[in-house]
Amino acid sequence: MAHQISVFAENKPGRIEKITRLLLQGGINIRAITISSANGFGVIKILVNHPHQAYELLRAQGIPTYLQEVIAVVMQDAPGSLHAVAQVLSENGVNIEDAYGFVIKSGEMAVLVIQVESQPRAQSILERNGFRLLSDEEIYHL
Amino acid sequence: MYWEKDLEIMPREELVKLQRERLHKTILQAAKTPFYRKQFAKLHITPESIQTLEDLQNLPFTTKEDLRQGFPFKFLAVPLEEVVRLHSSSGTTGVPTVIYHSAEDLDRWTNQVARCLYMVGVRKTDVFQNMMSYGLFTGGLGMHYGAERLGALTIPIGAGNSKRQIWFLQFFKTTAAHILPSYALLLANLIKSEGLDPKKDLNLRIMLIGAEPHSEETRQRIEELYGAKAYNSYGLSEMNGPGVAFECPYQNGMHLWEDYYLLEIVNPQTGEPCASGEVGEIVLTTIYRDATPILRYRTRDLASFIDEPCPCGRTHRRISRIQGRSDDMFIVRGVNIFPIQVEKVLMGIPEVGTNYRIVLEREDYRDVMRVEVEIKSELFLGDLQKLERLRERIQSELRSEILVTPEVSLVEPGTLPTQEGKAQRVLDQRKF
Repeated sequence: MAHQISVFAENKPGRIEKITRLLLQGGINIRAITISSANGFGVIKILVNHPHQAYELLRAQGIPTYLQEVIAVVMQDAPGSLHAVAQVLSENGVNIEDAYGFVIKSGEMAVLVIQVESQPRAQSILERNGFRLLSDEEIYHL
Repeated sequence: MYWEKDLEIMPREELVKLQRERLHKTILQAAKTPFYRKQFAKLHITPESIQTLEDLQNLPFTTKEDLRQGFPFKFLAVPLEEVVRLHSSSGTTGVPTVIYHSAEDLDRWTNQVARCLYMVGVRKTDVFQNMMSYGLFTGGLGMHYGAERLGALTIPIGAGNSKRQIWFLQFFKTTAAHILPSYALLLANLIKSEGLDPKKDLNLRIMLIGAEPHSEETRQRIEELYGAKAYNSYGLSEMNGPGVAFECPYQNGMHLWEDYYLLEIVNPQTGEPCASGEVGEIVLTTIYRDATPILRYRTRDLASFIDEPCPCGRTHRRISRIQGRSDDMFIVRGVNIFPIQVEKVLMGIPEVGTNYRIVLEREDYRDVMRVEVEIKSELFLGDLQKLERLRERIQSELRSEILVTPEVSLVEPGTLPTQEGKAQRVLDQRKF
């Protein structure tokens, strides 16, 4: 199981600068970042090499942070890979609540990070269908 | 030019004599209420011992909190069957304050408002559009009956619905209007956006502006926009409502009707009387009301005396524009709001942190109230939708408490500014 950190931030200049600065100071490496926002505020989701450490670090600064389990699926960086994951989940009636992806090595390997309602169930469905899921440790070594 | 000439230009000595007579009756009336009966007994005061304003000053002030504590009937001086109407504070926080009126009280209040309207030139031939809220709020009904008493064609249109307001203004060639000053500015823009010139295409000649503090500049602006005269109106529900004090055609301070009230202006900290020209808190005693007599009521409104005689000939003393409040109440779109009301709502929601701030701004002549709320870190679960639902919940709970829909923004904990470690609850950036 992999983890991401979610950070509450007001929609105003300097917020991402502050968060990334704190992570830099803590020697944390960011693998992926995604931001969604609504009425003046947003949630920044960050996949890092040391999620627990990053979580404690931001919390200690009083920043509303949440450590969340996510599924990180390894895919080929080729047409149809994302569709294959989506198809399996769809056939099993699993709803994807949030997702983002990033390429590890162009033309070879990509990672899809998904959030679903029932994480363990989705995990076992994906594993049964031959997908490789990454742990925090594996993300760290990517 | 006078509605009741004898009373309006009555020489001061006679006016003071009339005040004494009425004060005496009021004290007897007050002695019938549970609140004042108890107070008099505690202070060993007999009604006969209070004859003059100086005697009255031996009594403590009556506060809004006293009125609340007195809910429902401790300030009622007549049998309930003699009461024909009540008005009440609008907030839902805690206990409301209630003012009861007998038929005669209402008749006197109506006359008081008619006197104000007549003073500024409203006549039987006018079409009077009353753009204030009707209901428990006294602004609507109070002015309505005064205008009817004059014989003006009175349109009880109430507040809001600008398109309809504009249609009535045009169709009935409205000549006089009772309106919030901020709404008057906003409405002028809306009128223009319909391709009309409020000055040329409407027939307004008199506007009565009140229920929220405003500056001389705002008045002049309204006058220019509409090509009408705008007169400042002062009142509060505890003292009936509109008509307590009103500008005369000279537009230099408001005549406070001293045959209806005893007027004091005191230092809000010490309670000591203020000198002429010195800003202090208006303290009023009803002397022409039977059902709910109130002695030395602290209005929390700040103003000063204008002592010089007025060229209009009226002998009732003038007070300045309202300069502010001696408590933390603020007014948004004509609605009175206390920060504590906001606080109660926020502190009842677990996801809300300890700090919040109310920011008041004016955009396009419209009051905007924004409540900035710090979220509680522990209850942040990484979910944007939950935050948005929280924001909507805060907004709707505030709306049902304060009767105004605020903008709500969620902010990070510890980011709201504090002054010397003390949270600054209200930031009013409006220019009056």
